[in-house]
Amino acid sequence: MAKVYGDIVVDIEKCKGCELCIEVCPENTLALSEVINKKGYRYSIKINDNCTGCANCAIICPEAIITVYRKVEKKAV
Amino acid sequence: MTDNKINETGAEDIRKPEYLVYQRPRTLTETELHYCPGCSHGVAHKILMEVIEELDIQETTIGIAPVGCSVFAYHYMNIDMQEAAHGRACALATGIKRTMPDKYVFTYQGDGDLAAIGTAETIHAANRGENILTVFINNGVYGMTSGQMAPTTLPGMVTTTSPFGRDVALQGHPLKISDLVATLPGAAYVTRHSVHTVANVRKAKRAMKNAFEYQKQGLGYCLIEIVSNCPSNMKMTPLEANKFVEEKMIPYYPLGDLKKPEVK
Repeated sequence: MAKVYGDIVVDIEKCKGCELCIEVCPENTLALSEVINKKGYRYSIKINDNCTGCANCAIICPEAIITVYRKVEKKAV
Repeated sequence: MTDNKINETGAEDIRKPEYLVYQRPRTLTETELHYCPGCSHGVAHKILMEVIEELDIQETTIGIAPVGCSVFAYHYMNIDMQEAAHGRACALATGIKRTMPDKYVFTYQGDGDLAAIGTAETIHAANRGENILTVFINNGVYGMTSGQMAPTTLPGMVTTTSPFGRDVALQGHPLKISDLVATLPGAAYVTRHSVHTVANVRKAKRAMKNAFEYQKQGLGYCLIEIVSNCPSNMKMTPLEANKFVEEKMIPYYPLGDLKKPEVK
């Protein structure tokens, strides 16, 4: 099976901590941070490397601040 | 099957343009949205702008901003926008579309704007079969003025002006604008969607894409209703508000196409 690597970048200063991305993440890769941004919201951060780049978080994000990358590595036969 | 090992390729390694699968549409400006956390307006803005980017019609689209929470839509959408008087977005769109028939024209309105003060303009624009698209955000309260009862408030729903819940004997029944518009011969495409789950966001986006294509063919008035949340005025967290949309609003406002043109 092909191995999939995903990664996300969150623009933390624009994040409002609504937690919608955390709810929709199938791999439980996202969580709220312990610290706050300049607006006073706890922001969304990536807590592990399980991300598959499915882009669910980016699609549901009301602020459109999540950028998603995905790399599929095909195994040599 | 996922393992918890550190990504062998390194996290920074795949942050390259060739592996990009999703980024903020260029048709949205870099301005921070003023909406409350978790508000459906943000998602609706985003999918509308994604559609405009994908169809490559940024230069030829004119949007009409309403009065309501989304009054500053022209700050966020990087296209030509015009602010309308309260409720008069469809009337203004009519004028713009008739003078510039080769442009794509859409209005973006909330329920206070479209279903209360602007009902006449909306229904007559639909009845005349104006070749415009209306995106109707239905969250059941007046969000901008701090949560008063709207025509679309559900029976029994608590708002600041119906503190014991909406009583249909006293305050009437919620207005289903989309069902009303669907009965008019001038309306070409009337559909109801929501943006509370990823699947529904994708469906709403496809509907918007269809609507712009119907407008290109000149089929008539298109209305896309988006059943939305309002976490601040429903006094809920965004997740609870989305659950409310799922459990209470969608049974009253069932999703799906109410009217669809026959595609040639």
